[in-house]
Amino acid sequence: MNVVYILWLRQLKRSARSRSRIIGSFAQPLLFLLAFGFGFGSMFQRAGQGDYIQFLAPGVITMSILFTSIFAGIEVIWDRQFGFLKETLVAPVPRILIMVGRTLGGATVAVLQGMVVFGICLAVGFRTPSLPLLPLAFTFMILTAVLFTAVGTALASVLPDFQGFQLVMNFLVMPIFFLSGALFPLNNIPQAMRIIANLDPLSYSVDGLRFALIGVTHFGVPLDLAVLCAVTAAALIVGGYLFSRIQV
Amino acid sequence: MIRAQELVKKFGDFTAVDNIAFDVAKGEIFAFLGPNGAGKTTTIKMLTTLLRPTSGSVSLDGLDPVTHQTAARKQFGIVFQDPSVDDELTAYENMDFHGILYSVPRKLRQERIEALLKLFELWDRRKDQVKQFSGGMRRRLEIARSLLHTPKIIFLDEPTLGLDPQTRNQLWNHIKKLNEEEHVTVFLTTHYMEEAERVAHRIAIIDHGKIIAQGTPGELKAQTNTETLEQAFLALTGSTIREEEASGLDKMRTFGKAFRRVK
Repeated sequence: MNVVYILWLRQLKRSARSRSRIIGSFAQPLLFLLAFGFGFGSMFQRAGQGDYIQFLAPGVITMSILFTSIFAGIEVIWDRQFGFLKETLVAPVPRILIMVGRTLGGATVAVLQGMVVFGICLAVGFRTPSLPLLPLAFTFMILTAVLFTAVGTALASVLPDFQGFQLVMNFLVMPIFFLSGALFPLNNIPQAMRIIANLDPLSYSVDGLRFALIGVTHFGVPLDLAVLCAVTAAALIVGGYLFSRIQV
Repeated sequence: MIRAQELVKKFGDFTAVDNIAFDVAKGEIFAFLGPNGAGKTTTIKMLTTLLRPTSGSVSLDGLDPVTHQTAARKQFGIVFQDPSVDDELTAYENMDFHGILYSVPRKLRQERIEALLKLFELWDRRKDQVKQFSGGMRRRLEIARSLLHTPKIIFLDEPTLGLDPQTRNQLWNHIKKLNEEEHVTVFLTTHYMEEAERVAHRIAIIDHGKIIAQGTPGELKAQTNTETLEQAFLALTGSTIREEEASGLDKMRTFGKAFRRVK
């Protein structure tokens, strides 16, 4: 238990000490809210879909959790390159505990990040009508964070260095985000895109969070929860397995 | 204490370690010497559970690191060839992290961290992040850390690389003392032959993945008719310079440089 705790704590300390990352974590979501929220706002309204900031905010919160947690998982590559990974790999503890500690640490950072972005959304005019559902929103944020930290860890366990990282960003993380319904409603989209969106786990994160915050849902909360729980469990198992197989 | 039998490690077609065998007795200081790329680090990685052998067997105090990973890992402390401290953490946090990983009880942990950091003259800097440390200070921290959980075996993979003579001297004195007083078994690699000659009870020389000579420093010199271990080493391994593949850190540095250039 101590092992999980110390690895969790390490992730938190590292994030808190990285000033550039903290600044970046404010800037990006704010940019999305301004550019998309206000840029497309009037079009969205004219199309009869209501206030775009209201619709977009849960998507941007989910996006910041997605990016932060993937980065937290990918940090394994960083540790491998700078050698610290070896220190944890020769320690007399099952590697699965190391992986769990790291993942929970990264996920905690991502959830905190999500809450900061939630604050930013409120600051630019987002209003949530359903305060009693905040614990549900929190649940979706946690599930999303754990899921994608585990995915990041799994990828980092098989990628030898940062060269592969660009591929992961362009061919995995970006499509996961842009095709998830974070930016647009999933009704009335072409069939092919709908299939992709249905296969994208982030769609269920966005949908669940959107319901918890503004009461709008596409899949329904039970399905969102079921899909996320299943995919998260699978990611933890695969990530734990790959991490424990690392050779350096 | 440490035994390898018919040990082989292949990376694709390349045989890094080619059927080697050795036996290190309890309380012995054993030096594993060889030119760059000879297979020293690969062997240490197999002994310390970081790599799985392609074939053959190793044992640490009777435990097989492949099948009894966790138990085998408790037996040793290691100073890696490349740095392995966390730059973002302070010296004390790095030590504390290690102590918790090796389940050293809190009170003992605090005492030992203080004693070791004082011994390696890092106590005054314990609250500084390691990224502010010089190469020598990092090295001292890693050595202090490897001793924190009082291991029975210590692996030192080129521990004195980049250290000044004062620190080197102090390090070896400390290692010898530990070995004499607490009978810690030491397995070391180094490129400084005079260091090996000074501290090692027994030496194995590895080249192209094979052990080509084994014995006390005296035996190796007698066998090659030479005056110093360095001459004996050159007589056995020849004087061609070896190319080694870039390590992870070297690649990282290149990556960093390229990155800065792009910006």
